[in-house]
Amino acid sequence: MGDIWEGLEAAFWLIVTLDPELVQISLRSLQVSITAVAIAALIGVPFGAWLAISRFRRRRATIAVLNALMGLPPVVVGLFVYLLLSRSGPFGVLGLLYTPTAMIIAQVIIATPLIASISHQAIRDLWADYHDLLISLNTTKRQRMRALVWDGRRSLLTATLAGFGRAIGEVGAIMIVGGNIENATRVLTTSIALETSKGNFALALGLGFVLIAIAIAINLGIHAISGTEREGRW
Amino acid sequence: MSILPVNLSNVTVEKRGKRIIGPVSMELPGGGLTIVLGPNGAGKTTLLRTMHGIERISGGDVRWQVSRREAELHQSFVFQTPIIMRRSVLDNIAYPLHLRGHPRKASRQQAEDWAQRIGLGDALERPATVLSGGERQKLALARALIIKPDIVFLDEPTANLDGSAMRDIEQLVQDAHESGMTIVLATHNLGQARRLGKEVIYIQDGVIQERSSAKAFFAGPEDAGAAAFINGDIV
Ligand SMILES: Nc1ncnc2c1ncn2[C@@H]1O[C@H](COP(=O)(O)OP(=O)(O)OP(=O)(O)O)[C@@H](O)[C@H]1O
Ligand SMILES: [Mg+2]
Repeated sequence: MGDIWEGLEAAFWLIVTLDPELVQISLRSLQVSITAVAIAALIGVPFGAWLAISRFRRRRATIAVLNALMGLPPVVVGLFVYLLLSRSGPFGVLGLLYTPTAMIIAQVIIATPLIASISHQAIRDLWADYHDLLISLNTTKRQRMRALVWDGRRSLLTATLAGFGRAIGEVGAIMIVGGNIENATRVLTTSIALETSKGNFALALGLGFVLIAIAIAINLGIHAISGTEREGRW
Repeated sequence: MSILPVNLSNVTVEKRGKRIIGPVSMELPGGGLTIVLGPNGAGKTTLLRTMHGIERISGGDVRWQVSRREAELHQSFVFQTPIIMRRSVLDNIAYPLHLRGHPRKASRQQAEDWAQRIGLGDALERPATVLSGGERQKLALARALIIKPDIVFLDEPTANLDGSAMRDIEQLVQDAHESGMTIVLATHNLGQARRLGKEVIYIQDGVIQERSSAKAFFAGPEDAGAAAFINGDIV
């Protein structure tokens, strides 16, 4: 119990005094995950929307694969990206291993299927509503996508936030491809793991609180959004 | 040049191996106000959708005076359950103009005029999804008419509406007709058919049983099924 109280107290001071290391690590976490999720959304949202309104032979199989990819273990993604980026790997010459870029790549792979899958469901429901109208109005496929993505933007934002939640809380992949290097690739989750193993509970807890605060902010955001949607406002 | 008349020859629609309508052969000239009358499940919706070109036909064909692609641009359809987009009232009404690449400002102005006409002038920026049933139906009608189509298909536009909303919609339909649009309106409301109809098509079991002027039809239909329908024996 003593450890926890001491830890909480120390964490409190680290946060209120804006400890430089804590700030640096938190900002890097945000930078990596926001970049990764922005890219993942740019891929996942249009893909999900396209999947919702397209009819092709392997559609069901594609959706099944997508849903399976959603549960991809981050460690495995990390290993996979590591092999691609390691010096002897196909992209070794780029020298990306143990850089934030490598971490972004891993998180893009982790977040994209989730965002695509949730987007697909949201757009599929909206498409069921709009189908007859959009067909009657002779819309092109492009116009349909635009209408559905625009009118479904709240749900798509929710999908993106879910992707962000998964990315920022993830440790397995970025530990492998980022290496948790001080002042370079250390982020919230990897340093919590490190500080805990070193017995630095104060810093670990402080980092943990920041991570939790971000997670709560995300959930409040999702709630606010789905709440307004239910009342029919936007 | 009008896209009408439209000719249906031996059109059939089948779903899961079951014939829903047909064979239907008929010509619909321009300028009319045709009521499609018939009991539940008769095939009214399917007939309208088939003419509009959004139903997969199993046999026969539907021919307009112009190419199919050209004809599609001059028709509107108001669905039995109005499809309301998750946007403002104004953006809903303006959407067909937006699709056609009309300048934004002019489209908004036209949509605003239409909103005034249907009594939603004060609700331009309101989410259309919160409108009442009658307001939704009027909005769908305004959205259909804003492109000034040659022909409008209306599928039971006043089902579940109260008297005042029904009168508003009937007035809008009358006005559209008087402005030269061809109207095809499915209903099983006999009062509405009498009030609006110039011509009646009676359909039952997917087949057109009778087609005559409204006057002749209501004076005494030749088809036994139609007579029973008018007497309220079948609904
Ligand atoms: N996808 C489908 N699969 C099988 N049967 C269908 C399908 N769609 C419609 N039907 C059947 O076709 C028949 C005609 O339907 P339609 O909706 O055209 O009738 P309607 O005259 O518009 O009826 P209502 O007055 O109830 O609107 C009905 O018996 C209906 O059950
Ligand atoms: Mg119907």
